[in-house]
Amino acid sequence: MTRRSLLSRLAGLWIVPVVLVLWELATRFAEQPYFPSPSSIAVRIQELWFSGPLSRVLLTDDAIDAFAPSLGRLFAGWILASLAGILLGVAIGRSAKLADYLDPMLQFGRAIPPPLLVPIFFALFQIGTATQLAIIVFGVIWPVLLNTADGCRTVDRQYLETARVFGFTRTDVLWRVVLPAATPKIFAGLRLSLSLALILMVVSELIGSTSGIGYGLLTAQQNFLFVDVWAYIVLLGVLGFLLNASFLLLEGRILAWHHRARRTI
Amino acid sequence: MLELVDLTHRYGTYHAIDRINLTVKQGEVVCVVGPSGCGKSTLLRSIAGLIKPTGGAVLLDGRPVESTPDNLAVVFQDYSRSLYPWLSALANVGLPLRRRGMSRKARDEAAMAALTEVGLGAAAGKFPWEMSGGMQQRVSIARALAYRPSLLLMDEPFGSVDAQTREELEDLVLRVCAHHGMTILLITHDVDESVYVGDRVVVLSKAPGHVVGDLTVDLPGPRDQIRTRELDAFVKLRADVGRMVRGMSARRFDNGMTHEVETR
Repeated sequence: MTRRSLLSRLAGLWIVPVVLVLWELATRFAEQPYFPSPSSIAVRIQELWFSGPLSRVLLTDDAIDAFAPSLGRLFAGWILASLAGILLGVAIGRSAKLADYLDPMLQFGRAIPPPLLVPIFFALFQIGTATQLAIIVFGVIWPVLLNTADGCRTVDRQYLETARVFGFTRTDVLWRVVLPAATPKIFAGLRLSLSLALILMVVSELIGSTSGIGYGLLTAQQNFLFVDVWAYIVLLGVLGFLLNASFLLLEGRILAWHHRARRTI
Repeated sequence: MLELVDLTHRYGTYHAIDRINLTVKQGEVVCVVGPSGCGKSTLLRSIAGLIKPTGGAVLLDGRPVESTPDNLAVVFQDYSRSLYPWLSALANVGLPLRRRGMSRKARDEAAMAALTEVGLGAAAGKFPWEMSGGMQQRVSIARALAYRPSLLLMDEPFGSVDAQTREELEDLVLRVCAHHGMTILLITHDVDESVYVGDRVVVLSKAPGHVVGDLTVDLPGPRDQIRTRELDAFVKLRADVGRMVRGMSARRFDNGMTHEVETR
């Protein structure tokens, strides 16, 4: 990231306090219990999750009980889906025959909203972690799979001919030509999947779970704790933002050649 | 060492090259020149084993070329798509050497030596997109050198660089390949370049491409960009080749019969 883009990014943040002030004013005038003020939400977030001991970065027991299982599910689901998606995507992208066979099924599977499959997953795996992971994996595998397949299918012909002329082995062609050439597209898919994984993590915890952020959100709602509900909503938003930002940081490192090569052409 | 026997290729109904016969001796630099669309690339791709010609045969050291031969390297015209942007210059040059069963260290050393030979020793750690076009093409040449092929194919290798860089690269190739005694088949559409670089110039006709001329370039070496080009022999050869490439008045001898080659 260049210095200039960092500065201009920071400069763009002026909108955040403006929105917060407007939000605060609106909720104070409205005096609606369903819409607590952001300041009260912030206080509640601090009470709920960030008033713990310094040795645990202020995290309370509640925070650890809520975040740990949720983040665990989110990452486990995302990583499983990514591995499976990349594996299948490479196979489909490198074999036109396989792509022809599987395409109708993939389009069929992709079109199904994952929450609709919840009853089937319950029947298959019973209530518990397996079902929750199945929901996340089924929901987030598609962007990785389809992007990987596309990336592997559209490798520049000249890259492949160079590899053939110099007699690269099949393994070298895959690991040193096809996969690197496809990484920009694979990463675009991974990033989309990560944001989807957050949503599906919550969905999976709303149904048949006794821990996690989604479960906490549901309990707060059923107990009419509106400030708590909002605290969970804000927490999810911040979590999504942080996940995306860390992913972009990682991508910037791994795909430096891609971003910089594109800038010079 | 390279022998083309009645080499013919059709893409569907399109007849790209027609019964090309050509023999290249060990250590020779042969330039193939022809108008655009004469099947030059088809010829090169057949020799490299990238396509299977529909007729005739390619023999390398007496053996027919089936898939891509392991003692052959190619320098492509489009260097920006022939080097891998995710690898440094050193890694790009070293990657094909994995096939040679060399250790990582030996590969790096060989790649470094080749880069130094083309004057890029200091830029080994750079990535292709940090380099000018001429530098990238030097890396491609270094990659071919490090591979130690007995035959080097070059497909319009200097077609995408500016005139000064082009002259530099021409001399670089002549010098380095003479040093290694490499056999080169260079494909170009540039008449002047074919005479300057080649020991022999082979002229192809418009599609379907066939050999219409095979001239020995008898110019004193080492070649020099200025002095060689002002020699009477150079000027005359260039004119001869130029006329053949135009092909306007050329007659085609085919099965003992002559007929006018269609003019555009």
